[in-house]
Amino acid sequence: MQAEKFPRKTAAIMSYINKPKFRHPQMQTNDIGLTRRDYEGTLTTLCGGCGHDSISAAIIQAAAEMSLEPHRVAKISGIGCSSKIPSYFLSKAHGFNSVHGRMPSVATGANIANKELYYVGVSGDGDSASIGLGQFCHIVRRRINMLYIVANNGTYGLTKGQLSATADLGSRTKSGEESQFDNIDMATLAIELGASFVARSFSGDKKQLIPLLQAGLSHKGFAFIDVISPCVTFNNTDFSTHGYKNTWENHIALSEVDFVPMREEITTSYAAGKEKEITLHDGSAIHLHKTGNDYDPTDKENALHHINAYKKQGKIATGLLYINQSTSDLHELQETVDKPLNSLGNLELCPGSEALNDINNTFR
Amino acid sequence: MSELIQSSKVTGLTKVNDFVVKFANVNGSGSASANGMFAKAVFRMGIPISPHNIFPSNIQGLPTWFEVRINENGYLGRREGVDLIVAMNEQTIGKDISSVVPGGYVLYDSSKILPNELLRDDVTYLPIPLKDICLEEFEKPTQRQLFKNIVYVGALSAFLNIDFKVLTGLVSDQFRGKEKLILPNIHALELGYQYASDNFECPLNLRLEKSDKNKGKILMDGNTATGLGSVYGGATVAAWYPLTPSTSVVDSFAKYCKRLRIDAGTGKKKYSIVQAEDELAAIGIAIGAGWNGARAFTATSGPGISLMQEFLGLAYFSEVPIVLFNIQRVGPSTGMPTRSQQGDLLCCAYASHGDTKHVLLFPANPCECFDYAASAFDIADRIQSPVIVMSDLELGMNEQVCDPLNWDDKSRYDRGKVLNAEQLEEIEKYGRYLDSDGDGIPYRTYPGTHPHKGSYFTRGSSHDSYAAYTEDGTVYAEVMDRLTLKMKTAVSYLPEPVFSETTSNSFGLAFIGTTTSAINEVLDSLAKKGIALDTMRIRAFPFHDSVTEFFDAHELVYVIEQNRDAQLKSLLKIECNIHEEKMHSILSYDGVLITAQHIEKSIIDSMIDVDASGKVPA
Repeated sequence: MQAEKFPRKTAAIMSYINKPKFRHPQMQTNDIGLTRRDYEGTLTTLCGGCGHDSISAAIIQAAAEMSLEPHRVAKISGIGCSSKIPSYFLSKAHGFNSVHGRMPSVATGANIANKELYYVGVSGDGDSASIGLGQFCHIVRRRINMLYIVANNGTYGLTKGQLSATADLGSRTKSGEESQFDNIDMATLAIELGASFVARSFSGDKKQLIPLLQAGLSHKGFAFIDVISPCVTFNNTDFSTHGYKNTWENHIALSEVDFVPMREEITTSYAAGKEKEITLHDGSAIHLHKTGNDYDPTDKENALHHINAYKKQGKIATGLLYINQSTSDLHELQETVDKPLNSLGNLELCPGSEALNDINNTFR
Repeated sequence: MSELIQSSKVTGLTKVNDFVVKFANVNGSGSASANGMFAKAVFRMGIPISPHNIFPSNIQGLPTWFEVRINENGYLGRREGVDLIVAMNEQTIGKDISSVVPGGYVLYDSSKILPNELLRDDVTYLPIPLKDICLEEFEKPTQRQLFKNIVYVGALSAFLNIDFKVLTGLVSDQFRGKEKLILPNIHALELGYQYASDNFECPLNLRLEKSDKNKGKILMDGNTATGLGSVYGGATVAAWYPLTPSTSVVDSFAKYCKRLRIDAGTGKKKYSIVQAEDELAAIGIAIGAGWNGARAFTATSGPGISLMQEFLGLAYFSEVPIVLFNIQRVGPSTGMPTRSQQGDLLCCAYASHGDTKHVLLFPANPCECFDYAASAFDIADRIQSPVIVMSDLELGMNEQVCDPLNWDDKSRYDRGKVLNAEQLEEIEKYGRYLDSDGDGIPYRTYPGTHPHKGSYFTRGSSHDSYAAYTEDGTVYAEVMDRLTLKMKTAVSYLPEPVFSETTSNSFGLAFIGTTTSAINEVLDSLAKKGIALDTMRIRAFPFHDSVTEFFDAHELVYVIEQNRDAQLKSLLKIECNIHEEKMHSILSYDGVLITAQHIEKSIIDSMIDVDASGKVPA
């Protein structure tokens, strides 16, 4: 491999926009010596004010604070506005923008090939609740160890504002089209299908979203976050349940979460009955601040009950909705070897001619 | 009844080691293992055989046939006509008896009287009271049912001169570990043998003599070889959705992985098999794994191929290696799910929307199923694109006599152009889709390789050499042109056609896959009539230049294939610019393997037309 085989990029073939390389000299570095810049991606091409850009920003901050090594992350998406998000964070990570609704299968295969990376799947409500609903259900069942984010805006943005399957009954888009059907609630669906970490948040609520992203990344197993992420262009009216107005007014945190990375010694003590600490598999922890509603995110039935009860009142239940740390991921269920499958070579994989001769003999 | 048969004046066919035995059964009645035992016994006697299952898409109650051609010369294609029928299915017995050639034999269960209309005066009947024998000898209802099949195999042993020791040896092999079952099975064989010997003159004129034609050979089906080849080829990820006739590929992979891919120290698995929710997910999983550096495959058939189209386009355009085994069955739509065809050539060669092209491999026997399965992973890694292995039901699900599988321990997996961290270190600027070597094949990296070099964004949308999104038409066209170049490069990694020695400058035969089984018989038979033909067995697509040269060197080439629309001929026309007048199609698409008789008749008929008009009709 010769270095000159890969010439320096020329302006003529630059067809996307890079962020400027300038870095403020006093920019803070994290535990592995990286700045926030090292977690960024290319410049967004989404509409100004799009909720999805807040999700990218939240992921950047979450990963930087956790000192995640960017190249140890694989970002996978389907098709749609939401699925562009992986371009806008962690440019040092490999990304895969696959086909519409099929991100779950691609993520499944990638995860099987190398269990040592972090997998972040980013999808939308059209991608995961309509064309890809089948794949969504089955990746949950298969317990892939990953963080699966749905940027949920209740509409098809790239095709200019059709209603999606998560749009609530009666919700109206900018064009005035009203949803005549009940919505698919991705969070309750995920809980019912056996996801071991389910949260809901709002792209506008960074304070809530970032610790949830961090906890989801640290969680071992399938972590799902339904992020209400308003479409400013097509679905941000006062009559849309996925608009900024409704979401600000009606999202209610069932639990407030702090994320404590594993490197930090936990010294704070909390008044009994007010706090709950959950230690995750990688040694990090989440602190749950109870919000006075007697919510227990480790109780599946209770979680479903609360979410549905709030929904009846027109409220959107957010926060960490459900967590179960006792499930196994697909690799554990399948008892795959400790080394990543993609690192196995001839010696480990090929049984050789002698074994083949024995097999031949059983066909004589 | 028995008396009537004995006094019949029919002279039975006299044939040694050259006849067709057909078993007509009801599916779900346990006949498959008994019939398989019969075939294996003939194989172990050293006589070439080719068994063919003709079965329904059903679990219990419908007609199923097992046809065994026995041929000392090694003609292992199907032959029309039946010399001995084992007529065990009341639903089809009329048709089954009429399929017997004059002079042939009919073995049936005489526990029930055969209706008069089923009596022919030109065949010999071999009545065995199978049901009555089993009622008397066995207690359990399941045994009474299942052993009827074993009893007729015992009777055939007497009729056809099968070495009884070979049969008992097979029973011992089959029930190793379940010794309790050996004695009752052998007893059932003896009952049949005894009844036939006591009531008929055995052996018949139609009979077997030991031979030595199977020395060193094995009897294996293509799907078993394909699954095993995937183990040897280093596949670690199999994602699939159950679909006849491809299911047994993954069954075989699973079986041999359990035996050969368990880590000795930990007992953990060096493989992963995922039964996906559908074929879309199956190929998606394979693509995700291939992208991330594991060798991954999926196995399917026509309906699955239709569903996988979009993903095949993604893998082609974003350049992800995967292996796809297409065990072709009869389409369109659900078609005939348990019958065979070569009907997916066009839809695989150019699978997915837009301009695409895929590498196809055409195995013709279990050995090639094994070799191509293993090498498909090398080819896919080398060209960073899907490789589709085009088997079919006939090859996949029927046992065939073939050479033993072979593996060169010196061979190493070729993972293609993959950059590691050190190599990336040396590079100033990495471009995923840069054609640095001028062969159309760029360098890839696996996720997680280097902290700040080598990452890229894989996408099915238009991209430049650095994997960045582009809507610049010139840049798009450059990428498309490079992919064309890549496919040209790919040809050098594919198996060359197999040519016969040149004997004729006039006529040639071109064919793929399972059609091969009929060719020797066609050539020998035509040679006796003074007609010499050269042959070209194509083994891969895109075609080698030598394919075009073969057409150039002959006046007329018969393109033989098993589909209605002459899809191979179309591919030759599109890819090699072969003129229509140079090709004469011989087609067969009734769902069962093409026969030598059909091919020979088509050739002779066309030549008669030539004589009459001076020109071969295209």
